[in-house]
Amino acid sequence: MKQVFTRPKSLKQAVFHYCPGCGHSIVHRLICEVIDEMGIRGKTMGVPPAGCAVLAYNYFDVDMLEAPHGRGCAVATGLKRVLPDRVIFSYQGDGDLAAIGTAETFHAANRGENITVFFINNAVYGMTGGQMAPTTLLGQSTTTSPPGRNALLDGHPVKMSEILSHLDGTVYIERCAVNSPARILQTKRAIRKSFTYQIEGRGFTLLEVLSHCPTNWKMTPVESCKWVEETMTRHYPLGVIKDIPGAEKEKKDK
Amino acid sequence: MNKILIQGNRVIGEAAIRAGCRFYAGYPITPQNELTEYMADNLRKAGGTFIQGESEIASVNMILGASAAGARVMTSSSSPGISLKQEGISSMAADELPGVIVNMMRGGPGLGNISPSQGDYFQATKGGGHGDYRVIVLAPASVQELADLTMDAFDLADEYRNPVMILADGMIGQMMEPVLFKTPKPRSYSEKFHLRGCGEGKSKFIRGLILDPLHEEEHNWKLHRKYKTIIAREPRHETFRTEDADFLVIAYGTAARVAKGAIKRARESGIRVGLLRPITLWPFPSDAVRSFAGKASKFLVFEMSTGQMLEDVQLALGNSEKIHFYGRPGGVVPAPVEVAKIIAQHA
Repeated sequence: MKQVFTRPKSLKQAVFHYCPGCGHSIVHRLICEVIDEMGIRGKTMGVPPAGCAVLAYNYFDVDMLEAPHGRGCAVATGLKRVLPDRVIFSYQGDGDLAAIGTAETFHAANRGENITVFFINNAVYGMTGGQMAPTTLLGQSTTTSPPGRNALLDGHPVKMSEILSHLDGTVYIERCAVNSPARILQTKRAIRKSFTYQIEGRGFTLLEVLSHCPTNWKMTPVESCKWVEETMTRHYPLGVIKDIPGAEKEKKDK
Repeated sequence: MNKILIQGNRVIGEAAIRAGCRFYAGYPITPQNELTEYMADNLRKAGGTFIQGESEIASVNMILGASAAGARVMTSSSSPGISLKQEGISSMAADELPGVIVNMMRGGPGLGNISPSQGDYFQATKGGGHGDYRVIVLAPASVQELADLTMDAFDLADEYRNPVMILADGMIGQMMEPVLFKTPKPRSYSEKFHLRGCGEGKSKFIRGLILDPLHEEEHNWKLHRKYKTIIAREPRHETFRTEDADFLVIAYGTAARVAKGAIKRARESGIRVGLLRPITLWPFPSDAVRSFAGKASKFLVFEMSTGQMLEDVQLALGNSEKIHFYGRPGGVVPAPVEVAKIIAQHA
């Protein structure tokens, strides 16, 4: 019998602690599938954040170094500069990357550190119980914006990917989602592209993934997938935001 | 080998490179900028990595990453910047990662000023960041000692897999003195502690988060046992003119240099006074201080602060009326004649 589907080797035999319907476990699996397919498990190293994915080292079967809250890109910088031939990724949520770790992210991107960042945007602080995140949408109710996020009082949802795309150090930025099979497959392609560019030494790559959070959004998993599609993507449009190596290749092919 | 005339801040950089430091990240702050500048120029020439971080927080987290990858690492700053680094220092202690942190102290609290001060003693010796941890603290009093202790700091950090802080001040950092570099010891740090990708083997992780309280407790006790070993093995001090001393001055760093001048003057007027200079502030040389309990009848703790090391002296000797204190906080460095007067007052 031919086996057509199995657990990726880079994903440990552990039960995810994530809530039912959470997007993290999908992204974890996709990253591990790509690591397996590219045959880079032995030289890939991850930096988990503080937040829902803080226990990521229990799932990824690669060497991992935990970063203090928001400092993923600084820690990854230290690893990568000492070990330039390793594939280094930082896995961060929206609070981690776009609030407390904004400076570390922005400047690692600006230095063009040759690392890959997986930026999981679920528009909420998940681990701490559903507080307002920098990416929370206007009008979105959270435990710290109960009547809905009000731009006058709470500021605006941050488009980190667009901001970072203006920096000369970034080479590839794409926004994906994991709310449908088609979107999941596109996310996997983007993960592979990020790692490929890093191995080619191109520079800073970041993949933003709109990820559903049924628990804190107080929705069913199905409703939350729909909310990503119909509401989140209106403020955070999906697609490639910047792809310098891709554009170069296209030019060459012409 | 010949002696060279070199500035304190720069000697740290040179000693670090000679000791095999190959990763430095730092953020500009006075009065330690010459160290950052020295590393920018010379560490890269030595094949190492220099990064001017966007902040002290980023810099300390960069050395955390580089240390895990197996490099000898250092960062440096001055008081307000060291406050920002505490998150990373606490994390490195939790992760048991070696690294050297230099604090060229300046006047505080807050932004304070840029003059030499010793106001960060509590922060350096009692933890500084959050959680139950300790950092080995070395307090040089000359540029030569800065060179020697910088090399020692890397060895101690490796041996105990713990951050080591060099605690000096703007005076020592800015001053030039002749220095003879010792030959650094070859590094002995097991590769089993490196995190470099698992290859064909089993993957590893380094983390400070331990959610199960019983496991976190066990980790805390493990660290505590290590700190006990350091307390038993590593205290260092110097004595000066103590052979017949009835009066003991206790001071470290720049204050100890001022105290030496004051003691020479006081001796000229017949006061039998000597100096005990702690070289390690943590572990504090309590036994050495205690050994004077029966010999000296008076003690003077002199610090460029309102009295921080004073508490460790009181712990060592028991709080007593025999212990006097003289302090000049806020970036003031008193002249030896001023301290000599204080000695004479109490003699």
